[in-house]
Amino acid sequence: MHDDFALSCPIPISEYPQILLAHGGGGKLMHQLIEKLFGAAFANQYLSERHDGAQFTLNGAKLAFTTDSYVVRPLFFPGGDIGKLAIYGTVNDLAMCGARPLFLSAGFILEEGLPMETLWRIVQSMKEAAQTAHIQIVTGDTKVVDKGKGDGVFINTAGIGVIEHDLTISPKSVRPGDSVLLSGDVGRHGIAIMAVREGLAFESEIESDCAPLAPVVLKLLEEQIEIHCLRDLTRGGLASALNEIAKTAHVSISIDESAVPVREDVQGACEILGLDPLYVANEGRFVAFVAAKDTERALKILKDFSPDAALIGHVLQEPPGMVTLKSRIGAQRILDMLSGEQLPRIC
Amino acid sequence: MRFIDEYRDAALAQHYARRIAQITTKEWTIMEVCGGQTHAIIKFGIDELLPKQITLVHGPGCPVCVTPVEIIDKAIEIASCPNVIFCSFGDMLRVPGSAKDLLSVKAQGGDVRIVYSPLDALKIAKENPDREVVFFAVGFETTAPANAMAVHQAYLHNVKNFSLLVAHVLVPPAMEAILSSPTNRVQGFLAAGHVCTVMGYTEYEPIAKKYRVPIVVTGFEPLDILQGIYMCVKQLEEGRYDVENQYTRSVRRAGNVKAQELIREVFCVVPRKWRGIGEIPQSGLGLTEKYREFDAERKFGLTERSVEESSECIAGLVLQGVKKPYECPAFGTRCTPERPLGAPMVSSEGACAAYYRYRRERRDA
Repeated sequence: MHDDFALSCPIPISEYPQILLAHGGGGKLMHQLIEKLFGAAFANQYLSERHDGAQFTLNGAKLAFTTDSYVVRPLFFPGGDIGKLAIYGTVNDLAMCGARPLFLSAGFILEEGLPMETLWRIVQSMKEAAQTAHIQIVTGDTKVVDKGKGDGVFINTAGIGVIEHDLTISPKSVRPGDSVLLSGDVGRHGIAIMAVREGLAFESEIESDCAPLAPVVLKLLEEQIEIHCLRDLTRGGLASALNEIAKTAHVSISIDESAVPVREDVQGACEILGLDPLYVANEGRFVAFVAAKDTERALKILKDFSPDAALIGHVLQEPPGMVTLKSRIGAQRILDMLSGEQLPRIC
Repeated sequence: MRFIDEYRDAALAQHYARRIAQITTKEWTIMEVCGGQTHAIIKFGIDELLPKQITLVHGPGCPVCVTPVEIIDKAIEIASCPNVIFCSFGDMLRVPGSAKDLLSVKAQGGDVRIVYSPLDALKIAKENPDREVVFFAVGFETTAPANAMAVHQAYLHNVKNFSLLVAHVLVPPAMEAILSSPTNRVQGFLAAGHVCTVMGYTEYEPIAKKYRVPIVVTGFEPLDILQGIYMCVKQLEEGRYDVENQYTRSVRRAGNVKAQELIREVFCVVPRKWRGIGEIPQSGLGLTEKYREFDAERKFGLTERSVEESSECIAGLVLQGVKKPYECPAFGTRCTPERPLGAPMVSSEGACAAYYRYRRERRDA
């Protein structure tokens, strides 16, 4: 796929004269945008790692630095809200670097007319989430845009964490033979949001899995698990995360569909809507690539935090850049990255 | 999960595959009509479990794929009007018209909304009396009752700002078109379970008799499809050509009579162009005279048009089971889900998209 890295001038993505929603959907279009436009323009050694955050050493201290913006609608949903997401999302990106999260910034873009009470609830939620995640919000910014120019509130957070180990946790450390561990059931956040947004009612309310991942990652590190790579499963879900890593690490990843835990209500919603839970967004789940020898110990730690954690597959040499899946009835197929947003089917 | 897991049981699937292999003595070509079945076959790798003598070819039963480009263009024209809220099922939004798709209309400021039911679109119409709400009524007999109900409700409640852009198609005429083609290679059919849930299967009985092909009404889970293939192969091997029902947990011979009454109340049978195939007589549904005020084409004064499609795209041959997606020179190179030349590469139920997504690297599969 060398074409994806080619830089041509002046506009590298000529087939899309305008930004589509799919350019932010976590699938192929977003990756094309990152590779051809941002990655090519800003190229440097840290960015080329294609990790959730940059890792570097400053005066002997190993640090991780990351940023994320939050534009969720609705602002409040079962199991979370935009404030909680804005804290945990950035904390989780730091955790995926194997860092202990320390400080966050918070930038608010507020739409004229936003009820003060709504903002207050969001800020209270951020305060609680910051306490839970043991981080401090140490700097910030506020802008207000005209009514109709924003969706209530947009939040950007950036975070700094400290790396207290000697592992290189990065897609490029993934090796054939590594075990692929999943930290819990998948698909809950995406379905919870979709249920509220589209007015879908289920027998029981599906809650987002939104949660901080630093505690479990720090525990894995404390127990000296040989972690090669960590990746949280956000937009694009498990399938996109695995594809990103397979491509960056030039390895093949083989997973077993029946080993991937999906809660029954989420599975049911996906069946009705024609969605594949492997592509649905999560906000509190990650995959860990660990050395085969540490598989059992790592799985036990993951299960202490979430009983659904599972060994879902292995890393192979060939074919590089590809994720394959053993289907429930035992046949092999490709697990591709999504090209755009997952759209509900007709029938 | 109940009613799902038992139909995806690996041991039972292997058992059925062995049973099929045991009764197969000749080469047979079987077409699954419905795109949902195509998707399941490729996603679960069902065809990989079958003996080499059995070839599955993929039928025209993907509503997104067969909706003609002229109607997509009409949808784009309506959706681009400033006072319109254009409602559609999600997977129609990415289908390319002659110049762009509905997602691009949305990106340029058009009010294009994904709905899960035409009744949701009707609700939007009631909530926005000063806007024109148009629902894109695509699909086979499966979606026709709900679309008919939306129009019927609009009629009863005198909702003037609601209309349908109708692109409904019917399965039996398409099967006849395939069977009567000189290039036909289909020897048996798996009929679409959902369509037959609504319509029953009496209308397939004359087709089976006339063309001497077995037709098995089949469901959508791996074990349904394997059982459907088994029943079809058994008929072929025994020289029978009956209509049989594998999907008994959902389909009755007479179908859903109430739903059929509603379809007949609101819709009448009309000729319809199929993307990639051409016009098939008596193969679509249009609104009856009584409901003409809900016809978006009439309301927006749209004129008939004819659009040339990409000459490279072999969608028509794929949709008729004559070619496999990977036999197209553009497959996976000049035609991908990001830049589709034809509709079967767009919809998740399209045969080309299913092959691209699940087994791009193994063209001989």
